[in-house]
Amino acid sequence: MAQPMLKKDDDRDDEVDYHPFFGIEKGAVLQEARVFNDPQIDPRRCSQVITKVLYILNQGDTLTQIEGTEVFFSVTKLFQSKDPGLRRMMYLMIKELSPSAGEVIMVTSSLMKDMNSKTDMYRANAIRVLSRIIDGTILAQIERYLKQAIVDKNPVVASAALVSGIHLLQTSPEVVKRWSNEVQEAVQSRASLVQFHALALLYQIRQHDRLAVTKLVTSLTKGSVRSPLAQCLLIRYASQVIRESGANQAGERPHFDYLESCLRHKAEMVILEAARAITELSGVTSRELTPAITVLQLFLSSSKPVLRFAAVRTLNKVAMTHPLAVTNCNIDMESLISDSNRSIATLAITTLLKTGNESSVDRLMKQITNFMADIADEFKIVVVDAIRSLCLKFPLKYRSLMNFLSNILREEGGFEYKKAIVDSIVTLIRDIPEAKEIGLFHLCEFIEDCEFTYLSTQILHLMGNEGPRTSDPSKYIRYVYNRVILENATVRAAAVSTLAKFGALVDSLKPRIFVLLRRCLFDSDDEVRDRATLYLKVLGGEAVVGETEKETNEFLFGSFDIPLVNLEASLKNYEPSETPFDISSVPREVRSQPLAEKKAAGKKPTGPAGPTSGPVVSAIDAYEKSLSSIPEFAAFGKLFKSSAPVELTEAETEYAVSVVKHIYDGHVILQFNCSNTIPEQLLENVTVLIDASEAEDFAEVYTKPLRSLPYDSPGQTFVAFEKPDGVPAVGKFSNILKFIVKEVDPASGEVEEDGVEDEYQLEELEVTYADYMLKVPVSNFRNAWEGMDPESERVDEYGLGARESLAEAVNAVISILGMHPCEGTEVVANNSRSHTCLLSGVFIGNVKVLVRLSFGISGPKEVAMKLAVRSDDPDVSDRIHEIVASG
Amino acid sequence: MATLPSVKNILVLDSEGKRVAVKYYTDDWPSVSSKLAFEKSVFTKTMKINARNEADIVMFDGHIVIFKFIQDLHFFVTGGDDENELILASVLQGFFDAVGTILRNNVEKRTALENLDLIYLCLDEVVDGGMILETDASVIADKVSSASGLEAMAPFSEQTLSQAFAVAREHFARSLLK
Repeated sequence: MAQPMLKKDDDRDDEVDYHPFFGIEKGAVLQEARVFNDPQIDPRRCSQVITKVLYILNQGDTLTQIEGTEVFFSVTKLFQSKDPGLRRMMYLMIKELSPSAGEVIMVTSSLMKDMNSKTDMYRANAIRVLSRIIDGTILAQIERYLKQAIVDKNPVVASAALVSGIHLLQTSPEVVKRWSNEVQEAVQSRASLVQFHALALLYQIRQHDRLAVTKLVTSLTKGSVRSPLAQCLLIRYASQVIRESGANQAGERPHFDYLESCLRHKAEMVILEAARAITELSGVTSRELTPAITVLQLFLSSSKPVLRFAAVRTLNKVAMTHPLAVTNCNIDMESLISDSNRSIATLAITTLLKTGNESSVDRLMKQITNFMADIADEFKIVVVDAIRSLCLKFPLKYRSLMNFLSNILREEGGFEYKKAIVDSIVTLIRDIPEAKEIGLFHLCEFIEDCEFTYLSTQILHLMGNEGPRTSDPSKYIRYVYNRVILENATVRAAAVSTLAKFGALVDSLKPRIFVLLRRCLFDSDDEVRDRATLYLKVLGGEAVVGETEKETNEFLFGSFDIPLVNLEASLKNYEPSETPFDISSVPREVRSQPLAEKKAAGKKPTGPAGPTSGPVVSAIDAYEKSLSSIPEFAAFGKLFKSSAPVELTEAETEYAVSVVKHIYDGHVILQFNCSNTIPEQLLENVTVLIDASEAEDFAEVYTKPLRSLPYDSPGQTFVAFEKPDGVPAVGKFSNILKFIVKEVDPASGEVEEDGVEDEYQLEELEVTYADYMLKVPVSNFRNAWEGMDPESERVDEYGLGARESLAEAVNAVISILGMHPCEGTEVVANNSRSHTCLLSGVFIGNVKVLVRLSFGISGPKEVAMKLAVRSDDPDVSDRIHEIVASG
Repeated sequence: MATLPSVKNILVLDSEGKRVAVKYYTDDWPSVSSKLAFEKSVFTKTMKINARNEADIVMFDGHIVIFKFIQDLHFFVTGGDDENELILASVLQGFFDAVGTILRNNVEKRTALENLDLIYLCLDEVVDGGMILETDASVIADKVSSASGLEAMAPFSEQTLSQAFAVAREHFARSLLK
C-alpha cells in the first residue's frame, strides 16, 4: 500500500469520519506555503503543501491576485530541487495558477531547461505547461524545440507537443501551420495516441483547404491508421468530405466503402462512429442504411448499458427519417422498455412510437402506462411529444391516446411536463375535429385543479375560442365561472374574457352570461373589474364600437397580429407629443428562424423541446433609419420590406458583395454591401452598373456611389429604381461592380496617386414576388380564415410535376410565395402521401393574405396541389394564383 | 466542421455527492455555483443506479455523462450530447483503472484523499484541456508513478502475487461478462 503522503492521526482508525483535509483553511495553508522559501527544500513537505493548495482550489475556493502571485513566486523557488515528484506537482500548480504575462517570464527559462532535459517526463510536462502559459513572442523562441518534440521517439513527448500544438493553433495559427511536415510524419507513428493527436492537428491545420482535407482522407482511408481513436477521427473527416462533395446523385458515394468497412472494425467505438456517420449521411438510401442498422441491432442486446444507449439513441434518430429501416429492431426494442436505465427505456419507447403501426398502438400504450409512473419528468415530456406525433399520424386512434393524455394529466408532475401534455391536447383538438369535445372536456377538468396560472389562462383562452362552437356550449360555463370564484386575479381576468366570448357568440346564453359578468363587477382586482365592465357595456349595447356586430367582436376578441417585441420597441421610441401613438406604424415583419429551430430540435432528441427563441427586433428599423437619412430616398415614402442579404460573390474572393432589396410602394432600392479583402488596395468611386433589360417595369432613377472602400471596412452603394405604384413588378438584373483601384503599401498605409479603372463581374440578382410579401404570422389561422370575406376566396389546382419529396414541394411553394407558415405546417410528416400547409402574409399595399395549400403525391412522385387564397382584396387573391402559376 | 472528441469534465465525488477531485475543461459552467449545481444534479440523477460492474450513462441538459462507482466513490466523465459515448466510456475506464492501479485496488474515499496528489496527477494525464491525452490505464498509472517517486517502492509491475492474482481474476471476470 502506498505510503500516505499526509499527516496521519494515530487514532484515525477509531474515527468514523476521518478526513485528511478536515478543517483545512486557506489562510493557514498559505502560511504553510512559506516552506517553499526555505533554503533547505524538503520535497515531501513541499509536495504536501502544494496538494493542500490544489485541494483548496479544487473545492471551489479562489486565491486573490496578491495571494496567487505570492504562491506563484514561492513555487518558482522550488525549481532548485531535483526531486521528480515535487517537480511534477509544481507543473500542476503553475498550470492551476494561470500566471499573468509578467509572472510567466519568471518560469520560462526554467521550463525551457526542462524541455531539453534528458528525462522524458520533464520534457513532456514542461511542453504542456509552457504551451498553456506563453504568448506569441516566447512561442517563437521555443518553436524549434516543439517541432523536434513532435517527432520525438518517446510517444509521451510527441503527444504532449501535438496536443500543445492543437491548443496553440487557437492563439498563434501562423506558427503552428509551419509544423505541417513534422505533424505529417507523426501521423505515421506506431504509438496509437500519437497518431490520434497528429491526425487531429493535421486536420485542424488544413481544415480550411478543402482539397487538402480530401487528399488527407483519401490517403489515410487506405489503411495506415491503427489507433481506434484516430480511426474515429478519420470517420468524422471522411463524412465531412462526403458532405461537402454534395454527392447526392445516385451511384457511388466517395468513401462509403471505407465507412462500411469500419463497421467490421474490432473496436466498438469505431463501429459506433461509422454506423452513426452512415445514418447521418444526407439522403441516405435504405440499402446504405442496412449494414449500419444491423450492427446497431447487435449492440441493443449488449450487456453494457453505454453500448445499448448509444445504439438505441442512434436508431431513435434514424426512426425520425427512415422509420421502416428500424422496424426490424422492434423486438429488441420492446425488450428494452424494461431496461433498468430509464434513458434507454425512454428512447426505446419513443422509437417504437415512431416505427409502430396502427395496430400496435393499443398494446404500446398499455406498456407505456406501466412505465410512466417510474420515470423522471424530462423523460415523460419526451414520451408525451412522441405520443402527440403518433396521434397525428393515426387520427383514428385519438380516443385511446387522448385518454392516455388525460390520465397522465391528472397525475403528479411539474410545470414543463403538464405544459407538454396540455400543448399536445391542444394540438389534437386543433387537428382532429372529432377529438375536440373530449379534449376540451379533459382540459376543463384539469383547470378545476390546476396550480399553474399560465396553463389555466392558456386553456381558458382556448375554451373561449372553441367552446362556443361546440354542440352544447352551456356545459363549459360552470367550469369557467368556477375560476372566477376560486382563482387568482390573472386567471379570473382570463375567465371573464372567456365568459364574454360565450356571451358574444351564443345568443341563447347571453342573459345568463350577463348575470355572471355583473357579479364580477365587485371583484377586488382592477383588471377583472375593468374587463367585466367593458364587456358588459359593449355586449349590452350601451357603448358602441364599430357599426356591425362583427366589428364589435373584432374589437373585443380580434387577434393581435403585431409581434409584441416590435410593439415594445416602437413604444419605447415613441415620444409623447400631440400625435397619438399609431399602432399601424409598428413593423409586422417577424424574422423567422426555422433553420436554427430545426437544428436545435434535431440536436436534442431526448431533451424537452426548448422554447423557440422569440423574434429578433427586425433589422428593418435600422434599414429604415439609414435609408431615410439619404435625402434622395426620403421622398419614397414608407419602407415596406427589406430582404435578407443575398451574396453576389463567392466566399473568399477579392471583393465580397451582397445585396439587400428595399421595397417601397413605387420604388425599389438595391443596397450593395461591399467589402474589400485585399490589404494592398484602396477602391474609390465604387458603383454597381446594372443592366435591367430583363426587368422591363423598372427604370433606374438614382445611383449613390461609395466614395472610397479601404481594406476590411465595408461600405454601401445604392441604386434606386422606379416602378409602377403598388404593382409587384419582377425582373432580373445583371450587375457589374465598377471602381477605381489604387495601390496601397500595407506597411506604411500610403496610397499611390494614380488609380486604374476596373470592373468586377457580380452574380445576377432577381426581384421576385416573394419580395413584396411580408411574413406576418396569425395567432389562430382558422379564426383569421373564417374572419375573411369568402367572396375573396380563389381556388385552383396545379400539377407540380415530379418532385423529390412532398417536403421539397411544400418548401418550394412557400419560398415562391415568401409567406409565413402557420402552426408548424411547413413540416411534412415522413412518408405521408398528402399534406396541408397554412400560410399567412401581408402583400404590398398592406393587403392581408391567407393561403391554404393541400398537397398530394402520387406513386411516381407526381405532386398535385390545391391552392385556396383569401385576402382583403380579391385582386390580390388572383395575383397569388398568377404567382404560383408562373412559379 | 468535423470536431475533435472532447471531454467537458471529469468528476470524482463521494457517496454524499461532495467533491473529492474535479476537473472542468470547458466554459459550460462558468461559476463555482453552476459547477456545484451540475455536480448535485448529476449525483442525484445517478445515485440510485447500480454502476459498479459496468459503466452506465445518463443524458441531460445537452450533456452525456458516463459514470462508474466503486466503494464510496463515484466517477463521472461528461461530454457533449453529440459525442461518441464509447469514446467517453474509454476515457472513464482509463481513468478509473489507473486510479485503481495507483491506489493498489484499494479504491475508497479515504485512500483517495490520502493520495490526492496522485489523483490530481492522474486527472492531468488523462485529459489535457478537454483533449484526450491517454486512455490506457497502465500507461497513465506508469506516468503518475514515475513522477511521484514511487519507484522507490515496489513498481506496479512487481506487485505481490496475491495482488496480481486479484487483478487477473477481475480481468477474467470482465472478459466473461463481455
